[in-house]
Amino acid sequence: MSDQLLDICERVLARAGTNVEAEVTITVGTDALTRFATSFIHQNVADAARRTHLRVALDGRVAESVGNQTDGDGIERLVRSAIEAAALRPIDPGWPGLAAPTSAPSVEHWDDATAQAEPAERAERIGAFVRAAGGLETAGFCSTAGETVAFGNTLGQRLVGRTTSAILDGIARTTTSDGSGHAASVRLADLDGDAVGSEATRRARESAEAGDLEPGRYEVLLSPSCVVNMLGFLAMHGFNARAVEEGRSFARIGEAQFDPSISLADDVAHPMAVGIPFDAEGTPKRRVELVKQGITSGLIHDRRTAKALGAESTGNAVSGAGPWGALPANLVMEGGSVSPEDLVGGVELGLLVTDFWYTRILDPRTQVVTGLTRNGVWLVEDGRIVRPVTNLRFTQSFLEALGPGNVRGVGSDLTLVGGATFGVGAHVAPSLHLASWNFTGGAKG
Amino acid sequence: MFDYAEAAVEAALAAGARYADARVMDRRHEAMGARNGEVEELTQEASVGMGVRALIGSGWGFFSTSDLTTASARRAGAQAAAIASASASVSGPALELTPVEARQDTWANDVREDPLSVPLAEKGDLLSNVTRTMKEHGADVALAGYDAWDTTKWFASSEGHRIGQHIVECGAQMNATVNGERETQRRSYPGIRGQYGTRGWELVRELDLPGNAARIAEEARQLLSAPECPSRDVTDLIIGSEQMALQIHESVGHAVELDRILGWEAAFAGTSWLDLGRIGSLRFGSDLMNVTADATLPGALGSFGYDDEGTPAHPVDIVRDGIWVGVLSGRDSAALAGLRSSGGAVRADGYNRLPMVRMTNVGLLPGTSSLEEMIAATDDGILMDTNRSWSIDDKRLNFQFGCEIGWEIKNGKRGRMIKNPTYTGIGPRFWGSLDMLGNESEWTFWGTPNCGKGQPGQIGHTGHPSVPCRFRGVRVGVRG
Ligand SMILES: [Zn+2]
Repeated sequence: MSDQLLDICERVLARAGTNVEAEVTITVGTDALTRFATSFIHQNVADAARRTHLRVALDGRVAESVGNQTDGDGIERLVRSAIEAAALRPIDPGWPGLAAPTSAPSVEHWDDATAQAEPAERAERIGAFVRAAGGLETAGFCSTAGETVAFGNTLGQRLVGRTTSAILDGIARTTTSDGSGHAASVRLADLDGDAVGSEATRRARESAEAGDLEPGRYEVLLSPSCVVNMLGFLAMHGFNARAVEEGRSFARIGEAQFDPSISLADDVAHPMAVGIPFDAEGTPKRRVELVKQGITSGLIHDRRTAKALGAESTGNAVSGAGPWGALPANLVMEGGSVSPEDLVGGVELGLLVTDFWYTRILDPRTQVVTGLTRNGVWLVEDGRIVRPVTNLRFTQSFLEALGPGNVRGVGSDLTLVGGATFGVGAHVAPSLHLASWNFTGGAKG
Repeated sequence: MFDYAEAAVEAALAAGARYADARVMDRRHEAMGARNGEVEELTQEASVGMGVRALIGSGWGFFSTSDLTTASARRAGAQAAAIASASASVSGPALELTPVEARQDTWANDVREDPLSVPLAEKGDLLSNVTRTMKEHGADVALAGYDAWDTTKWFASSEGHRIGQHIVECGAQMNATVNGERETQRRSYPGIRGQYGTRGWELVRELDLPGNAARIAEEARQLLSAPECPSRDVTDLIIGSEQMALQIHESVGHAVELDRILGWEAAFAGTSWLDLGRIGSLRFGSDLMNVTADATLPGALGSFGYDDEGTPAHPVDIVRDGIWVGVLSGRDSAALAGLRSSGGAVRADGYNRLPMVRMTNVGLLPGTSSLEEMIAATDDGILMDTNRSWSIDDKRLNFQFGCEIGWEIKNGKRGRMIKNPTYTGIGPRFWGSLDMLGNESEWTFWGTPNCGKGQPGQIGHTGHPSVPCRFRGVRVGVRG
């Protein structure tokens, strides 16, 4: 497979000729996803995907072209449209040039069985989830994906990487509540339909007949899924060097902007990670420390922002991200030593939150985000879960919530969460106990 | 191309499917973006491929491939059937499809100026010039962009459909961001998502981006020193038509999607507060509220000849005189809900995505007031427009929306500009407070090219006919 793909890269680059800078990424693989709702499989899809992405620069005039045909005609159209477009473009003063040949770390998050998973294997796990719900209505999905990515550029950089991923994610529902269960891994074999279904069912039953709670400031105990949701905003609008360059970011290197218990890195080599070890520009990924014991210590770069800010690309260019800039694909927040159960024990008056929903940023600079809770919220008093509460809306600065003195506990439950906030990558985080969270309204208004 | 589609359908039937359809799709997309006076992004994308659906028992299967040969089409048909068999292993209620006439037809929208044939240099000049103008008038970051799509589809089904469609869409947007000490402010034109339609480049020319660039940059800078939107539990709120389009999309459009109502999106996008048992009697809003889903509106972004199941475009009443009367549906969801026919609202984003219930053009029918009349009739209130943020719960009931700009209204006159305006409410209570509705001259077919739904994710192109509206007793100025 990798030889075939590199061969296509060579053909594209040869067609582009010697007068241009060119880089090409070819992605092939199968994405399959089986969805269930009202306890049966209602949508079940598989896509034999192929994508060719070409970027050319003609004396600093840059254009991109994307196709999905790699026969002679397809390559001809791909190259011609990019070169014709580039010729019409003004010189891009920020064009950083191509990545020089360097090898990528030998990271391979791959499992043959997951890449070749049959629809029946996904259906089996869904069947187990549905049975574990013991008659409660269920909904969710099980996905498997395997992709191989080849990269080549006219400076001679050649890279091939591959990754698999599998996700089982679902809810169980009583007439008054939903509860969720999540699992993600490089290996489908790691996903236990019965365990994930049982977790969702427990959460649904334990959050049934929830009562309202007066909005206001409470401590929170956030699950890894909530924490990963927060990381997406911190990355996109904060650690993204493009946001820093444009003055939209909070990030100030060297300042203690977070609680000392917070350490965060982008690390494709982490044992729980999925993904390939290089980016859309052919830059190898490496571990990038973003927060070290509360101190903002790094930014996420692609080649453009690296050039603009006098830094080096961190290997986080995203194909087609355009004006958004670079995004991390493998955030890892360092876990602590306290089990999630013991974290509950440390809460005086707070809420245990399973998932966030529909989070939207109000001000990128202050990281004020509004959103809702979902799939189970409980009131905790004096270290004990006392009752389920109905979903609440919050309007909260994520930066302030993780600020110095505001993190009371970091869980030992480091978890890979599938499905990142902005669709790029899959991140790893623990549960967090935070001192204050601003709930601004009930779900009823 | 029809031959490939028919080969796939035959193979699916041979593998045991009781119904199958296939859609070959050839789509070109061009997008350009400029920033601070320079064209920064130009992407041209071409994708060709085929998606096949097969139904076995009550289980669906879908398989797509970019490999267009007869052999590959047959394999795709067989694969779709194999996936449908796996679906049947965790199966639900018996599934029928509502009847639809098997047409053989072609359809294309009207295009005066093919957007992909307008010279790239001319399009680039437009974007770089407007971003330069915004920069010169105070923007720290000035962005502008356009998108154009040219899509040809060939649809065939085991019931005898054979439908060819050619749909051209395009549109543009620009925005100016200014950085203050501790905040950023932004103004967008003509809206946060721009304006898009099933039209040619004439749409972009009519927007007159150059004529509005200086104004929005200056407004963004003025917002930095404008007072905050006051916090009030109850006030009269006038909402401009762009923000109303978002209000309709989020709190009406998604709520009346039949797949959500049936629970098919429960784990992801969510469900709906609407209960099918109350269709025809439930009060959604005040008597002034009339909403239709109409895929036949010329030039609107959610228009087509046939949906991706071969159902011809037709207008569907959603809310009549404030009463909820209709839903957005497809052949399978309509049958499950006991409806007689599909609402013709099933579409897929690309050959490799499963057709699903999507908004067509879901919008308000106009009333009798002008915006100026609404302002004149308001003693003490707030006017807001241009969406900035949006959040709504999974039943599409509790929402909080923020706008880019607002003005105080005092004694029937537009007063001071205010920043960070937000409002919040509960769907039917909010719509029930609608007491003035913009007239036909204010009626705009807003187009949203980025409605996300489904797993794997699909981006939908939806239209929202909209007018300015006045609501009474709304909570504004919610802060963190
Ligand atoms: Zn939407």
